[in-house]
Amino acid sequence: MAQKAIREYDGKALFAKHWHEYFDGFKYDFKSVLVTSGDELREKAKLPEYAWLNEEPLVAKPDMLFGKRGKNGLVLFKVEKPGDVKLEDAAKWIEEKQSHEVTLLSGQKGMLTHFIVEPFTPHTQDQEYYISATVVDNDDVLYMSAEGGMEVEEGWEEKVNEVRIPINMSDEEMEKAVRANVPEGIPDEAKGRFAAFAIQFFKFYRDLNFAYLEINPIVMIENNAHILDLVARLDDTAGFMMREKWGDIEFPTAFGMEDQSPEEKAIAEADAKSGASLKLTILNPEGRIWTMVAGGGASVVYADTIADLAGVKDLANYGEYSGGPTTGETQFYAETIFDLMTRYKDPRGKILIIGGAIANFTDVAKTFTGIINALEKWADKLKEHNTKIYVRRGGPNYEKGLKDIKEAAERLGLYMEVYGPETHVTDIVRMALEK
Amino acid sequence: MSNRLFTKDTQAIFWNNNKSAIQRMLDYDYVIGREKPSVAAIVAPTSSNKFEKFFYGPDEIMVPLYRSTKEAVANHGNADVLLNFASFRTAYDVTMEALDLGDQFRVIMVTAEGIPERLARKMNQRARDNGTLIIGPATVGAITPGAFKIANIGGTIENIINSKLHRAGSAGLVTRSGGLFNELCNIISLNADGIAEGVAIGGDRFVGSVFIDNLLRMEQNPDVKYMILLGEVGGTEEYKVIEAVKSGKIKKPIIAWCIGTIAKHFSSGVQFGHAGASANAERETAEAKNAAMREVGIHVPASFNELPQKINEVYNDLRKKGVISEIEEPEIRTIPKVRKPKNFICTISDDRGEEATYAGFPISSVATPDTGKSIGDVVSLLWFKKVYPKWATDFIETVIKTVADHGPAVSGAHNAKVTARAGKSVVESLVTGLLTIGPRFGGAIDGAAKYFKYANDNDMTPAEFLAYMKKQGIPIPGIGHRIKSLRNPDKRVEGLKKFAAEHFPSTPLLDYALEVEQLTTSKKDNLILNVDGTIGILMVDMWRALGYSEKEIDEFIESGTLNSFFILGRTIGFIGHILDEKRLAMPMYRHPFDDILYDVQKAEEIK
Repeated sequence: MAQKAIREYDGKALFAKHWHEYFDGFKYDFKSVLVTSGDELREKAKLPEYAWLNEEPLVAKPDMLFGKRGKNGLVLFKVEKPGDVKLEDAAKWIEEKQSHEVTLLSGQKGMLTHFIVEPFTPHTQDQEYYISATVVDNDDVLYMSAEGGMEVEEGWEEKVNEVRIPINMSDEEMEKAVRANVPEGIPDEAKGRFAAFAIQFFKFYRDLNFAYLEINPIVMIENNAHILDLVARLDDTAGFMMREKWGDIEFPTAFGMEDQSPEEKAIAEADAKSGASLKLTILNPEGRIWTMVAGGGASVVYADTIADLAGVKDLANYGEYSGGPTTGETQFYAETIFDLMTRYKDPRGKILIIGGAIANFTDVAKTFTGIINALEKWADKLKEHNTKIYVRRGGPNYEKGLKDIKEAAERLGLYMEVYGPETHVTDIVRMALEK
Repeated sequence: MSNRLFTKDTQAIFWNNNKSAIQRMLDYDYVIGREKPSVAAIVAPTSSNKFEKFFYGPDEIMVPLYRSTKEAVANHGNADVLLNFASFRTAYDVTMEALDLGDQFRVIMVTAEGIPERLARKMNQRARDNGTLIIGPATVGAITPGAFKIANIGGTIENIINSKLHRAGSAGLVTRSGGLFNELCNIISLNADGIAEGVAIGGDRFVGSVFIDNLLRMEQNPDVKYMILLGEVGGTEEYKVIEAVKSGKIKKPIIAWCIGTIAKHFSSGVQFGHAGASANAERETAEAKNAAMREVGIHVPASFNELPQKINEVYNDLRKKGVISEIEEPEIRTIPKVRKPKNFICTISDDRGEEATYAGFPISSVATPDTGKSIGDVVSLLWFKKVYPKWATDFIETVIKTVADHGPAVSGAHNAKVTARAGKSVVESLVTGLLTIGPRFGGAIDGAAKYFKYANDNDMTPAEFLAYMKKQGIPIPGIGHRIKSLRNPDKRVEGLKKFAAEHFPSTPLLDYALEVEQLTTSKKDNLILNVDGTIGILMVDMWRALGYSEKEIDEFIESGTLNSFFILGRTIGFIGHILDEKRLAMPMYRHPFDDILYDVQKAEEIK
């Protein structure tokens, strides 16, 4: 739970949905489609509301949360010259981009699945402005620049004016501060209009619980706002208050992380339904060391220690379960890990770390019952992979939990070493690696 | 006080009736030998109970329950800690409401994880402006060993004792993570002498008090000799600590480690640990922070695995220098393994000691004439658990005497007499008479108090009151007499009024009732304020003068307390009639035919 990125299309749709409420005196002509194939684009173009797809020159680009699309050559805005892209050009371009894996300059790679297609807005470089808002330390900060576009990050200090807006600042003070900081480079006749827009932009960002909102560039032609490119993250903890305002919004996974495994998805779904916390990220499916650690803090400490002592390549997964999961939830989580860790052979055998700090209120025996049930199902597989299991845990009812799991391992013929709070929390990692 | 987070006298108001967490606090209190329980009251907005039972060692105690923080605050002015256990949906509102109540709360702990960030920021700012320390959100809390512990922190009692959290050691501990807080306490107890104060600041991105807030307080706390900080990847809070060390604001040794060195291996997308744990810049990485802390002389181990040795080194060094001395291990009380909740509760008398007591007063101290105590005193002790002043106990006694009997013809006495003549015992005959008492017989006392008070509370004029009662379709209780009138007043009423005039500090409701009487008697001569009405109304005036709140008085009326005076008094009369029958040895009573109107039709057959 934290800040989650949304698609450019969804961000623009939010603007459109709330435009009249927030942007008094400005017009926004929301013309935009999100498609997952060239054919879908062709189909959309047959609908009356998307007639503009046939009539206007278009721009097409992937809408998958990553930035620097221009620099990555992933913006279609010309065939011969800017503004000559027709529907069929865009559809074909999308098909071409989807025909192979794409590697970004950052090294992230994956298949392109989502594209945003919009009308081409003819404008000049000097009409491109920049505006964004986010939280820095404990304050909101509004950034404004008369020089929008791809190069805004170069020379940021000189180009961009920032306005710090503490959480308890009144609207009057905020408005005053914004007006006083309108970038010099904006023509005098447009300054008042820009300030009015910036103030409303900030209120929109604030009231809709954005964690980050950037339009780069924004082109203002008279009172028409053209949102050419947009990046947005929402504070998803506010979701329960924003049901109306956000609608049914999607939080896609980051590009390159696209291949979230079915197992990770299943754990994420179980997490969403549970009052407890269940998290799983597979770092290296062929890794030797697998962890099943209780607690957000402890899980990090185990990951740190494994990376330090064994090297990060050996660390197969990161995850944690906490907040008093039920026996059933714990069993499901454990089975998922046992399944994953018995898919690839490692000549050195596998290591399973069932770790955790001293729990505050989670009943250790109860959660261990879930792990034991899972061990019973997967014992043969785990043995096949020559798995050595190291257990360390403390907290309510830990004696029983440790005794039960030890007995289960003996009964099932599994190699297992079991430790309680007298052993340093991550010391089992050292022990496992010294074997 | 201000530099110690909690003391042995600190009391909290617990928002949400989280029984297991509260029980853990009270178990802790018992083990360390606190005088007062650490939870003064519970706020449970949807509960209709007035208290919740908890174990205190082998015994049970009752912790009062309120439906709002406001009520709890009004009744527990000394509880300066709020433990906000509301969900992420309501935790913000609960904190803001508490802050609106003024400066009652010195510390507010917020446990919910995932409060909307903007709300968390508003809440934290508001608390800062108010001078209130927020611990959390997303935390298990804080502890001052040997004094006060919040909810589940420290885990089970066994773990608390193993980790030496039952008595003050010399380290100050600040962590983000709650699970690792426990772990650190364990490590510190194994490698040093435990902690003097510890705070888990919480895992959310925006927490109310950050590392530096807590460390600066610990710097001023004489019980803390050195400090241990467990940071995390993400954020820049550790740099504030570094600045404080550089500038000399913090002079006590600090041992620190930031977890999350793993994060450097993964570009983005992997969220390690807490919501707050995500590095947005190089200086937010665990490495950078560990290195920066090491540079200003903070004791930073090579890895988390080596943290125990580092703690041991610093501790031994301070021992050698004489900064820390040997701690004498205190006696601890143990909690019985098996505890059985009590089925009955008694708060009025106790027969376990040498002599039974009435609300804490030995019977002999109120019984004999030389004590100067009357039945009114006994009633005030056993019914109200208070020692009423003499004018009030005299009034109670006057009431009991006044209602003792009203002759053989009234229905209750008549029933008692008929039953006695059927050969039944005193108790059987008595309850027959008592069972007659209700809305029509004797109920006017309750009714008068209820309706006159309602009218008076709502500022109705006598005319409005009459109109209101007419609309309700109820004759005004306590008004009207069969034969008595203004010209032929009821002597009992006269006596009560006279007593009240002489001895009551004031009689606002009676004054109001007399205005009503003027209006009713203007319509009909016998619509006077009768004896039942006078008693009910004067009881309200008595309680008002004794300082009860209107709400408490309403509760007395609702629970039938006023009727109880009639029941008590009239029992004397009923027993008199029953004994009279026994003495006279009257035969079985049969009602004469000629006094019954017989009108029996042959039953119609339904086919």
